[in-house]
Amino acid sequence: MHPVRKQRLILVLFVVLFSSAAIGLVVYALRGNINLFFPPAEVAAGKAPVGQPIRVGGMVVDGSVQRSSDSLAVRFEITDFEASVPVIYEGILPDLFDEGQGAVASGVLDASGVLQATEVLAKHDENYMPPEVADALEKSGYDHKGNAK
Amino acid sequence: MWSFFHKLGSPPWLYGISGSILRWLLPLTLLALVTGLVWGLLFTAPDFRQGNSYRIIYIHVPAAVVALAGYYVMAIAGAINLIWKMKMADVAMKAAAPIGAALTFIALLTGAIWGKPTWGTWWVWDARITSMLILLFLYLGVVALYEAYDNKEAAGKACAVLSLVGTVNIPIIYKSVDWWYSLHQPASIKFTGESSIDPSMLYPLLLMITAFYALFTCCLLMNMRAELLQREARTNWVRKLALAGGRG
Repeated sequence: MHPVRKQRLILVLFVVLFSSAAIGLVVYALRGNINLFFPPAEVAAGKAPVGQPIRVGGMVVDGSVQRSSDSLAVRFEITDFEASVPVIYEGILPDLFDEGQGAVASGVLDASGVLQATEVLAKHDENYMPPEVADALEKSGYDHKGNAK
Repeated sequence: MWSFFHKLGSPPWLYGISGSILRWLLPLTLLALVTGLVWGLLFTAPDFRQGNSYRIIYIHVPAAVVALAGYYVMAIAGAINLIWKMKMADVAMKAAAPIGAALTFIALLTGAIWGKPTWGTWWVWDARITSMLILLFLYLGVVALYEAYDNKEAAGKACAVLSLVGTVNIPIIYKSVDWWYSLHQPASIKFTGESSIDPSMLYPLLLMITAFYALFTCCLLMNMRAELLQREARTNWVRKLALAGGRG
């Protein structure tokens, strides 16, 4: 290769590697802030700030959803199978919100460790299948992720 | 081998060969797009949880995949222009930017439309969605920066450097859902191991991804041909082409 072109090739590689390293370091330094939500284990460990707006995400615990009979108030627990956080919310839940499914609640953690949520989002997983396939899996004793129940 | 590269640098040759490629690639692309859309939207089963709203996957995923791949096309063309001063690479880089911006915009828009019924919100500042928005700004930045210069050679150099610096964003977008807690779900199509999308839904999706790659190629070639004619407007081969009624 012509020496001038070789020099420019090295310069181009240098620009790419140097900017990747710089942005990589920035992303590494900000890694805690890039997460959209806290998992319940970190909330239980006291890593989430109390009295400030935060998001907590995980699975809605089976059988934990309690709806009020005369208002839109709802109470449920979010878990990451290490710890769980109780959530109180008043409002309309997304259609795909369900027990045993992912959810992200944003709100303020009160002194007793309950998340007073102002917004609840459903978190969809990466599994896509027709209803018949899901039924067949259910009958054969597997959940939709292919894990034995 | 080398004669191919020298031919690639010749505007009339590139204009001719891209014309004959488009003649069969363009109808094939349209056929694949229509087949994929009809198959995906009408002949696949609804999802067991999302119902029919999941069908936006047949636009959203192909647009996002090709928007990421298209960025590498733009950045590598920019690097070739920087190193070998190849004018046709500059034409390719300039032609790729608006197509990539359009695809990124489609991915963001369809994602928002799907997010409202599925998640309960149009927009959330999670790592995947935010890094995709940065990709849109990078594409638009290249388009704007190119127009900001009067000297096309300086414009090509500046845009090439901007594209190269931006390449770091592509692996971040791709891995964002694995590196951080995000609302966006991880990839359903896996290169190793079993995909977590049912085969009956996967095949039309793979067809749509292929069709979007072909669509990107068609748009790129058409943009490049228009740019070539503009740049070479005063040359003999363009004059001959115009006198022959545009058949080349």
